[in-house]
Amino acid sequence: MRIVVASGKGGTGKTTVATSLALSTGESSVRFIDCDVEAPNAALFLHPMLDTRKAVGIQLPVVDEALCTHCGRCAEVCEFHAIAVIGKKILIFPELCHGCGSCTLICPEKAISERLDVMGVLESGMTATGVDFAQGVMNVGEPMAVPIIRELKKWTPTHPFEIEIRDAPPGASCPVVETMRGADFILLVTEPTPFGLHDLKQVVGITRELGIPSGVVVNRDGIGDNAVEAYCAEAGLPILMRIPMERRFAEAIASGRTLVEAAPEYRTAFQTLLQDITVRAAA
Amino acid sequence: MKLVISITGNNLESPFDPRFGRAAAFCLVDSETGEWSSHENPALSASGGAGVQAAQFIAKLGAQAVVSGAYGPNAFDTLSPAGIEMYLAPSGETLTAADVLTLFKAGKLSKAEAATHSGYHEGHH
Repeated sequence: MRIVVASGKGGTGKTTVATSLALSTGESSVRFIDCDVEAPNAALFLHPMLDTRKAVGIQLPVVDEALCTHCGRCAEVCEFHAIAVIGKKILIFPELCHGCGSCTLICPEKAISERLDVMGVLESGMTATGVDFAQGVMNVGEPMAVPIIRELKKWTPTHPFEIEIRDAPPGASCPVVETMRGADFILLVTEPTPFGLHDLKQVVGITRELGIPSGVVVNRDGIGDNAVEAYCAEAGLPILMRIPMERRFAEAIASGRTLVEAAPEYRTAFQTLLQDITVRAAA
Repeated sequence: MKLVISITGNNLESPFDPRFGRAAAFCLVDSETGEWSSHENPALSASGGAGVQAAQFIAKLGAQAVVSGAYGPNAFDTLSPAGIEMYLAPSGETLTAADVLTLFKAGKLSKAEAATHSGYHEGHH
């Protein structure tokens, strides 16, 4: 079973919920992947021993000028206009390239080969409690997170797992969609504020487009207003858990401890949440 | 000289469009004979790389020079090796393509020697 923890708005508690969920799987083996490759932070709470690394990126075209006849097929097929043929010159725009390989495939002269343009690294290792952990780290200045997330999802885990938990990036754009693709359930962490609600609606739209069942965790319950509550009722979104606004939780998170470590009384709540998700994902 | 002017309509009297990659259309005009044709910009709806696509498009039209209001780095890097001279017309005034042609023929337009702004493509994927 693959569970994505997403939110829309940043800072609502995705990692707080995802890490505590990973520590509440009981006998089930769990794999945790931090898909927020622009700023992965789940390792700060789960403390894996990261002992395996791999460079990742996209395949950029390289044109052999001796073989090229300047027919322009590569430029025509490129959806992103990352390759242009002007007279007898071929121009490649790496920052526009998505590494799809269409130009390489279509070239009738086989004049295009590919080279890996490294955009970041994947890292993995076990945690002390036996969570198989992996994360992607995008290089500073890179514009595209999706290729790294895609490779991270594909990266073969060192151990077989029964439950995979993906910590999603914030927002509601392509990296979030890529993180959600192929998941069985999406857990949406929000806060009862107008901003939390606005972004919740955006990610709910994505989950519905992808046809993946979802449920809501209301974090910092007690602040703000009742609009999230009203929206969930109207949209038929189940609220699966509430975490109240408490200073001790904030202090624990700030010192690198997970919620279930700081407040062991939440262990049962997270186990129940996981059972609930299992039932809903199967339905 | 075969000149391309970025426009928002479909003829020589149409308003000048100061955008290059996202111009609505291009008016191809022969500066000597005044003969013109208009061409919708295929890059208008491109998700990215509009400047590259528009530049290739006008190169195929046989343009030797282009007048627009701004050129991004990718448009500039595609138009330069194509040997297409880039001219700038003011975007603040209400000009038609015909007005731009008059300014061009009078030698009153300046050349763009570098990209006029950084790209708009900031990793939306």
